[in-house]
Amino acid sequence: MTATTATTAPPASGRTEAQEIHFRSDRNAKIRMYLGLAVLVIWGLAPFYWMIVTAFRDVGYTFDSTPWPTHVTLDNFKTAFSTGRGNHFGAALVHSIIIGVVTTAVAMLVGVFASYALARLNFPGKYAVLGVILGASMFPGVALVSPLFQMFSSFGWLSGVNYQALIIPNISFALPLTIYTLTAFLAEMPWELEESARIDGCTPGQAFRKIMLPLAAPGLFTTAILAFIASWNEYLLAQQFSTPKTQTVTVAIAQFTGAQPHQEPYTAVMAAGTIVTVPLIIMVLVFQRAIVSGLTAGGVKG
Amino acid sequence: MSAVADTAPKPVKNKPVKQSKGLHAGQGRQGWLLVAPTIAFLTVIIIYPLIKAIQLSFQKDAGLDPSTGLFVEGGNAGLSNYTHWLLQKCGNVDCPPGTIGAQFYDALWVTLFFTVVSVAIEVLLGIWFAMIMNRDFRGRGLVRAAILVPWAIPTAVTAKLFYFMFAYDGIINKLLGVVGFGPKLWTSDPLAAKFAIIIADVWKTTPFMALLILAGLQLIPGDVYEAAQIDGATKWQTFMKITLPLVKTPLMVAVLFRTLDVLRIYDLPAILTGGAGGTTSLSMLVIKQKNEGFHGASALSTIVFLLIALTAYLFIQFGGADVIQRPPSAKKKPKDKDAQPGNPVAANATSTGA
Repeated sequence: MTATTATTAPPASGRTEAQEIHFRSDRNAKIRMYLGLAVLVIWGLAPFYWMIVTAFRDVGYTFDSTPWPTHVTLDNFKTAFSTGRGNHFGAALVHSIIIGVVTTAVAMLVGVFASYALARLNFPGKYAVLGVILGASMFPGVALVSPLFQMFSSFGWLSGVNYQALIIPNISFALPLTIYTLTAFLAEMPWELEESARIDGCTPGQAFRKIMLPLAAPGLFTTAILAFIASWNEYLLAQQFSTPKTQTVTVAIAQFTGAQPHQEPYTAVMAAGTIVTVPLIIMVLVFQRAIVSGLTAGGVKG
Repeated sequence: MSAVADTAPKPVKNKPVKQSKGLHAGQGRQGWLLVAPTIAFLTVIIIYPLIKAIQLSFQKDAGLDPSTGLFVEGGNAGLSNYTHWLLQKCGNVDCPPGTIGAQFYDALWVTLFFTVVSVAIEVLLGIWFAMIMNRDFRGRGLVRAAILVPWAIPTAVTAKLFYFMFAYDGIINKLLGVVGFGPKLWTSDPLAAKFAIIIADVWKTTPFMALLILAGLQLIPGDVYEAAQIDGATKWQTFMKITLPLVKTPLMVAVLFRTLDVLRIYDLPAILTGGAGGTTSLSMLVIKQKNEGFHGASALSTIVFLLIALTAYLFIQFGGADVIQRPPSAKKKPKDKDAQPGNPVAANATSTGA
């Protein structure tokens, strides 16, 4: 409203000088912008770069601070996967994939219906439902630990292979996340097409799955990626509810033991971290536009 | 198409459109049918455990009664699990120093310290990052991808990575040595350890903040800035009177989500410092207590839940974090395009641990 600030206009005299100043400040602004961009890129990549350089560095040169790769070796990756010291990183990768895929599938399957209703239909109590889902997304995972631990141990789920003990708590954050990301995507779709389908005699269900679902595929895909990443990165609940047979990668990495009891196997941990992170980074590179729109969708809508 | 058809809600299938009531008749029932599975899931996974935790928090641990030395079966504890934390009472006496109970206020203050300092730094840096990205330049996608890297790395890996970089012989102490600072014990010194966690947290989550603010900035029409320029507004005036008010809603939503995230911080302190140097957060204390007894842990996790709920309420009520964005015209013009629900913002992958 009062967007502009009234100040007296500068006199029209000294035009060439003003232009010179303008030119110089323009050039300075450009330099500042590129400096800023450099800061951003270094911010994002420097620690990640250091992880990769260390992952490929001989363990004898762990604290070498040469900024480029030196003493390059693949030994750390072998150490990361070796089970000789009681680490089961390879198995943990499999567990994390299973848990991530099932969590994502359940959250998507349940969430897509709710998202459609929230994005498209008007029904009494709709905003109460939105509030509940939002509240669920703010819910502290730690509040689930004691009651679920008691319940799961009475079911005998805290030993052996019981993936559900990890998948069920993961759905508590994956489902709300899926619903509001998907709701945001669905609300922006060209729903006129659905209108026409319904005028032509489709039921709402038919109009949705025959016309809108194919159009919604990119949004669904992005949402699934976000849900999978959230599940893949989860640590607190995985640490509490996993057994040696269902341990996830985050727990495995946090507990990595070295050759001696108090020796931290930094380079092997960096190698394991690289393996866990690089697939996510590739996904981010390929789908960055969609991921950014998924992350920010809704928060900025007027 | 056919694969998805099987999963369509059955009640909708055989329901012909009632022409007499118009195309949008029956939305109420249909809407509830579609959200019913979600409500059922959330009830079983969140609401039931929450009620169970509250119930547990009013019961006693089975074990030896410290005052009589006799084994007790548990039973009703009244408010004793809460006074244990809030009033530092272990039985009838004050909790001795060093016990888990005595660490409550330390954990509370350090969690609040993390929250205030981290979120403040993230807001300032996030606005700066967003303003840098909100210009036309080549390689926009590259910068955006670079800034998403910290967001994508699992927090557990971030913690290990910073544990390595903050090691005594690590790269950060070496870089500090170059500019003339002595090495610090980043993972055990009381002050350095707190900032090690804040630095790792800020590194990981500022990009998320920046992207949310950037999305808000991009909605500001360019002619507003043009008008300001014509009227001779300085850059500072433009920022304070145009940019900031117009990004206020997305900014406050981002601040709300980040605040709630840091209030439940666990992964970073648990892995990076293990609680050394007074960095035990409230969530860490719950886990420590859980290994001693469920009932005390349930009371503490209920306190954490109430703290987070109260913070969220204050932000939404007074802080302008308009998370649901209920349209005022929703009832009058149900099919109006503007009557779409605003959507709750995605806090997404940062919402666990961080």
